[in-house]
Amino acid sequence: MDALTLDGNAAAGVLQEVFAAEMTAAAGTCDGCGAVEALGAVRLYTGAGIVLRCPHCEDVLLKVVTDGGRIWIDLRGLRTLELSA
Amino acid sequence: MRPETERVKTVLLDVDGWQGHRAGQHVDVRLTAEDGYQAQRSYSIASAAEDARLELTVERLDDGEVSPYLTDELRAGDAIEIRGPVGGYFVWDPTVEGSVLLVGGGSGIVPLMAMARERASDGSRVPTRLLYSARTWEDVIFRDELEQLAAAPDGFEVVYTLTRSQPPGWDGYSRRVDRDLLAEVAPPTDELAQAFVCGPTPFVEAVAEALVGLGHEPQRIKTERFGPTGG
Repeated sequence: MDALTLDGNAAAGVLQEVFAAEMTAAAGTCDGCGAVEALGAVRLYTGAGIVLRCPHCEDVLLKVVTDGGRIWIDLRGLRTLELSA
Repeated sequence: MRPETERVKTVLLDVDGWQGHRAGQHVDVRLTAEDGYQAQRSYSIASAAEDARLELTVERLDDGEVSPYLTDELRAGDAIEIRGPVGGYFVWDPTVEGSVLLVGGGSGIVPLMAMARERASDGSRVPTRLLYSARTWEDVIFRDELEQLAAAPDGFEVVYTLTRSQPPGWDGYSRRVDRDLLAEVAPPTDELAQAFVCGPTPFVEAVAEALVGLGHEPQRIKTERFGPTGG
């Protein structure tokens, strides 16, 4: 973690596109440590896609990679996601 | 285009069909080069929903891919691709009663400014205190407007801390935001309803941790790790 580390707020646009819903206020439960955080508040790493990591145990919560035509989503690290209905 | 400080400019955009936004939300700006290479960054909206134009206040990062284009190359009349508004976590909820604390470090002031502008434009009297940490007085963005907002008798206060150098006769704070400083500036735990903290990651982590240490409920503290955003 350094001064350039972003958080899930900066992934709002990508998540909105993938899930067709506002996701930064959604509460995610980390499958690694059980901590619950809004996706906006967790760590964001960007490269070929986006990776969200738990700020408590650093486990990967969610990965999204897009190539323009297709989207790959890996949700293994999230036990649950809770959104306002 | 409006210059704010040496490194910061505000880009004013006319957006067809803009449906308004909530204070604290962002837009994603996407630039596409002639060879098809694309770069995308997220920028906080600085303007209030009622303002005529969408304003993005951008700090120029020398090695950035997007911010130097926005601050140096963009000209009036140019078109850029944006997506938004997006975000629903770091947003001001004007219906919540109780005191509000805004804590901004550097260009982390931008989404907090949207909240201050929204508050003023709504005629809200919710007690709101902005703690703004900048390196020098010259680095303070929105200086004149913040002075005007603070002068109105509607419960909005601004507290500055200048961490690197201070102008002659400076009577504000001159140290990093720490627990002692927050103990002096933050409302009591039973009055604080919402806190918004935005700035570089170490700043945000230190402030959020100190607020929790002072007894404020973590759920009331919203954070955004912002600038410099590699942009």
